[in-house]
Amino acid sequence: MKQISMDRRQALKLGMGSAAALALTACKTGKDGGSGAAPAKDAKVGLICLHDENSPYDRNFLDAFNKAVEQLGLNPDSCLVKTNIPEGQECYDAAAELADAGCVAVVADSNGHEDYILQAASEFPEVHFCSATGTKAHTSGLDNFHNAFASIYEGRYLTGVAAGMKLKELADAGKLKGAAPKIGYVGAYPYAEVISGYTSFYLGVKSVMPDVTMDVTYTGTWYDEAAEKEAANKLMEDGADLISQHADSMGAPTACENAGVVDVAYNGSIIDACPKTSLISAAINWEPYFAYFFKAAQEGSTIDADWTGSLKDGSVVLTELNKDIAAAGTAEKLEEIKAKLEDGSLHVFDTTTFTVNGKQLDSYQADVDDDAEHKGDTEVVADGYFHESEKRSAPYFDLKIDGINLVESKQ
Amino acid sequence: MVHISKRLRMPVAQAMAVRLGAIALALLVCGIITTLTTGLNPLDVYASMFDGAFGTERKFWVMLKEVAVLLCVSLALTPAFRMRFWNLGGEGQVLMGALVTAACMINLADLVPEGLLFVLMLVLAPVAGALWAAIPALFKARWNTNETLFTLMMNYVATQLVAYSIIKWESSKGSGKVGVINQSSNVGWLPAIGDNKYLLIVLLVALVCVAMYVYLAHSKHGFEIAVVGESVDTARYLGIKVNRVIVRTLLLSGAVCGFTGFLLVSGADHTITTTLAGGAGFTGVMVAWLAKFNPFAMIGSSFLLVFMEMGADEISTAFGLNHGFGDILTGVILFFIIGSEFFINYKLNFQAKEVEAHV
Repeated sequence: MKQISMDRRQALKLGMGSAAALALTACKTGKDGGSGAAPAKDAKVGLICLHDENSPYDRNFLDAFNKAVEQLGLNPDSCLVKTNIPEGQECYDAAAELADAGCVAVVADSNGHEDYILQAASEFPEVHFCSATGTKAHTSGLDNFHNAFASIYEGRYLTGVAAGMKLKELADAGKLKGAAPKIGYVGAYPYAEVISGYTSFYLGVKSVMPDVTMDVTYTGTWYDEAAEKEAANKLMEDGADLISQHADSMGAPTACENAGVVDVAYNGSIIDACPKTSLISAAINWEPYFAYFFKAAQEGSTIDADWTGSLKDGSVVLTELNKDIAAAGTAEKLEEIKAKLEDGSLHVFDTTTFTVNGKQLDSYQADVDDDAEHKGDTEVVADGYFHESEKRSAPYFDLKIDGINLVESKQ
Repeated sequence: MVHISKRLRMPVAQAMAVRLGAIALALLVCGIITTLTTGLNPLDVYASMFDGAFGTERKFWVMLKEVAVLLCVSLALTPAFRMRFWNLGGEGQVLMGALVTAACMINLADLVPEGLLFVLMLVLAPVAGALWAAIPALFKARWNTNETLFTLMMNYVATQLVAYSIIKWESSKGSGKVGVINQSSNVGWLPAIGDNKYLLIVLLVALVCVAMYVYLAHSKHGFEIAVVGESVDTARYLGIKVNRVIVRTLLLSGAVCGFTGFLLVSGADHTITTTLAGGAGFTGVMVAWLAKFNPFAMIGSSFLLVFMEMGADEISTAFGLNHGFGDILTGVILFFIIGSEFFINYKLNFQAKEVEAHV
């Protein structure tokens, strides 16, 4: 049968039933009414997910979708969700089906869906499509094709600060594995989104522990529980005192829980599943965007081709801090740094805080247009910092900075 | 004691009745499982399964395309299986055809006219698939190596070659994906007939199906394949060059797989991924067996498998169930269908003791 690929079958046991049930009830029984100036209730909207609620990444989208539907007071029967849609022709078929079904707005959650959503957008000009985390809308020339992302690097930085404080606590107690603190990071692909994510996380840790180093390993897939677990185990064997990841399964967190090593998650709290080791996570809250996108699509108002959420508008959030394991004073420190990031007095990619090949970064041409040439086209360093997610929503920081080592890269 | 004996031949009508009975039993068991585990009404679940394949015109055509692709791989495997050559390398042979097609679309789109591009793809994709099958065939013919393991392992080599090429061609640096090839120009895309994107694929596979039937049932090659499959010694006695038949048949098997790869890349997905074949190389084995290697019966068995897979997808979407649940139902149904073949081929004698007493 189609889709023998492992990812579909991997069921994780993180209160998945409850999450699914919640998501469903929100959808099925979501009460009418909602906010006063609700738009037409008969409008349909759709969501396409790469996996299902068992993946923290997709669950994050599903939750936000249901909340936005409720917030707008849409008829719950008109919120159509398609899960386990691979990054292939199936995605186009799913998007076309949602358009056939009368959706006015359709969101796809995975970067690899983009080309297929683009294809659907060109064939259904009356329907608005968004490829979340995608890169091509600002150059596509289509009015009904959009991208959205959030300045998640700021959230990553904050979780890095929390991790740094935890490392400091370990160091003060003499519990580090080596002389200097070391983090391990399980990444999916050597893709800018992943590189930007782990670099900002690392810089957050470094702001607390200046001598920290980080080993990064790539799994070559967005979702492979076994591979992510194995990668985390290897990193811990090689001396990592703390783990974080940018891959969509529960592989790495589970490995950490088994080994008793602190883990910083991504895109959703997993403290229920890993109470002893899961410290905190940075997540994109898609609800503000979904609400904006669906409302605008219904009303026929203009929608940004490329939308970037922020800490300020609630698109970038930190999930619950695990007080049982966090170092003393973490919550206060996070508030303080968050305020600085919001008012612009602190920049994550401040070029005085890191070096590339031993040198400070004065200028960098990033590949913002993402055309076939893969060449830098836009200057992104100015005023002493790298301007991430300002030229387009999807991250483009793809430099290897000093202190980060790539190990056992599969790519 | 129960005594099992082989049946000579069950009348066709009776065999069909056994199969239908098995499907009915399977649906009953599925219904019980559904109600016990989810509390849903099994009839609603079956209705939704039906919806998955026939719900809309679009779904119907998607289903026809899926059936065509699966059928094409199954047809490809059939001549080898008839010869008792266990070609489990369909997956890799499809991927090689797909890889070559993608390579042509990516690298030659600007260099050669589109007509020539199609000619190149139509020639090179089957050649790539054929080569991938010929390597284990040569080893089998020459050194009698185990073709099951050999063809299986060739799948992994093909997957790695595709993975390597994807990194060479990836659309955004480090993203690990090629994206839609020639998205704006559509160069090298199989044309739609009227508004229908998939009709051409369906027609092409229908042609392959008829051709394969004629080849197997009414050609000298087909006869030779059947004889080699029955007995290598008989084949030698008849003056059939067994090694030549093995290699020739595998070239054909691989070529049709490679052609399927072409259909997938140029006709359907317009991209290349390591999972593009989607397990069809293995599912095709089941399709061919269920149909007793009859090309026309395979239309039915591939339809059945695609219908169940799309139904499982639909169930998971419609009821918010995990995709694994649909897979469980599919597994139960397959268990009964395959199990029914046992009762068609064998007889259970419950009075075995009496028989023995007389002997």
